[in-house]
This record gives sequence, C-alpha cells and structure tokens, in this order.
Amino acid sequence: MKVSSTTRRALLKSLTFMSAIVMMPKLVLAAWPKKAFEDDSVEAAITELYGTASEPSDQVTLKAPDIAENGAVVPISVTTDLPNVESISIYVEQNPNPLAATFELSKSSLADVSTRIKMGTTSNVIAAVKSGDKVYTVSREVKVTIGGCGG
Amino acid sequence: MTIKVKAKLSDGVVNVKLLMKHPMETGRRIDTATGNKIPAHHVNELTCTWKGEVLFRSNLGPAVSKNPYLSFKVKGPKSGDELLFSSVDNKGETDQGKVIIP
Repeated sequence: MKVSSTTRRALLKSLTFMSAIVMMPKLVLAAWPKKAFEDDSVEAAITELYGTASEPSDQVTLKAPDIAENGAVVPISVTTDLPNVESISIYVEQNPNPLAATFELSKSSLADVSTRIKMGTTSNVIAAVKSGDKVYTVSREVKVTIGGCGG
Repeated sequence: MTIKVKAKLSDGVVNVKLLMKHPMETGRRIDTATGNKIPAHHVNELTCTWKGEVLFRSNLGPAVSKNPYLSFKVKGPKSGDELLFSSVDNKGETDQGKVIIP
C-alpha cells in the first residue's frame, strides 16, 4: 500500500516535470533565440530555430553582392513565392556564429525582407525560409575584400 | 526615439524601411588602446505593431551591421494608419519609433 502510493507520487512528479520540458520550446521561441545565435554551424542553427532539417530550393531568392568591398556592411535581400512563410533567417557560413538575423512574419507580411550584415571573410551566405512545416534554403557566395569583424 | 522609419504605400502593399541607431558591438572586437575585449552590445529584437497587432518581428544578432537597416513589406495598413516600432538590446535598453503611412 505504502509502496504503491509513493510510486504514484513519483510518477505524478515526473509527469509534471516532463510536461514542463515539453512546454519549454514554445516559451523559448517567443524570446530571443540565444542558443541559435550561439550555434557555430548553419545546420545546427537552422535545426535549433525551426526544429527540422532544411532542403535547398530554387524558389527562394537571395540577393547579395558578388563582391563586397566592405564586409562591415553587406546588403542582403530575401524574397520567395512560397506560400505560408512564417519565418526567414540569414546565415553567414564563415562567421563565428553563422546566424545573423531572423524575421518572423505575420499573416499581413509579404515574404520580402532586406537588411545589412557583417561578414568576417569570403563566405557562403544562406537564407532559410520556413514555409508550412518545411524549411527551404538557398546559398550564395559573397567575396569580401575587407572583413567586417575584428579590430 | 531614434528608430527612423519610412513607409510607402503602393498597390495596397506598404514598404517599410527603418534605420536604428546602435553600435552593434559583437563582443569579439578588441580595444587597441587597452587590449580588452569590447563587451557585446547589440539590438536583439525589433517589433512592428499596427493597431495593437504584431505585423513583423525580427531577432537580430551581433552580425547585423552597425546602425541596423531593415526593410519589409506588409499588406493591410492603409494610408493615415500609424505603425509603431520598438526595439530592445542585449542590455535591456529600449528604443521606439513610429510612422504614419502617407
């Protein structure tokens, strides 16, 4: 009798604990995704951010200069015709932490964003687009003459 | 208020361009005078709201250029509507901006 009540209590306790863990990713997603910004590979950051692996797609357009004279200011634009785009993110493969920025779109937003990023050296720039349950990427090399990181 | 915003409405699509004033220190740069690392100081989040509804949100990392520039497009807001912008950086400092769609 005593044994069974303790196990039940233990089970309940572990259930509460587990549900707390399951609930966590949602809460984390609402805040600044610190872990994704600290990941040191593009794949790891994409998986961390979207919880799924990505696949290349020619329906995502990434506009970036072929040669960036100043790595401190590299203009990047991402557009796509894919439906139900929830999020767009930009990565620089050779940066210490590849993730540069994410854009969380609402129903009113069009999948068309631009920004300016820093690149330490010549690298592939990757744009990832979350459309429905899938993540699509496109990659493009940008040559950098003067790096934008370091002193 | 140091978020400068420009909005342009054409064919029902609002094109929003904004510029924030921020050093965007990565935390990796070394101060040549002292040899110490300059602590990270960068914008984390930018939110654009319209009538209390979040239209667009961005998470920025230290790899975004100094004085970050962003542009995006939204459908819905009309001429004369006000868009509100707010940002928060990794030190918890906030900044605001707004624009009335011409």
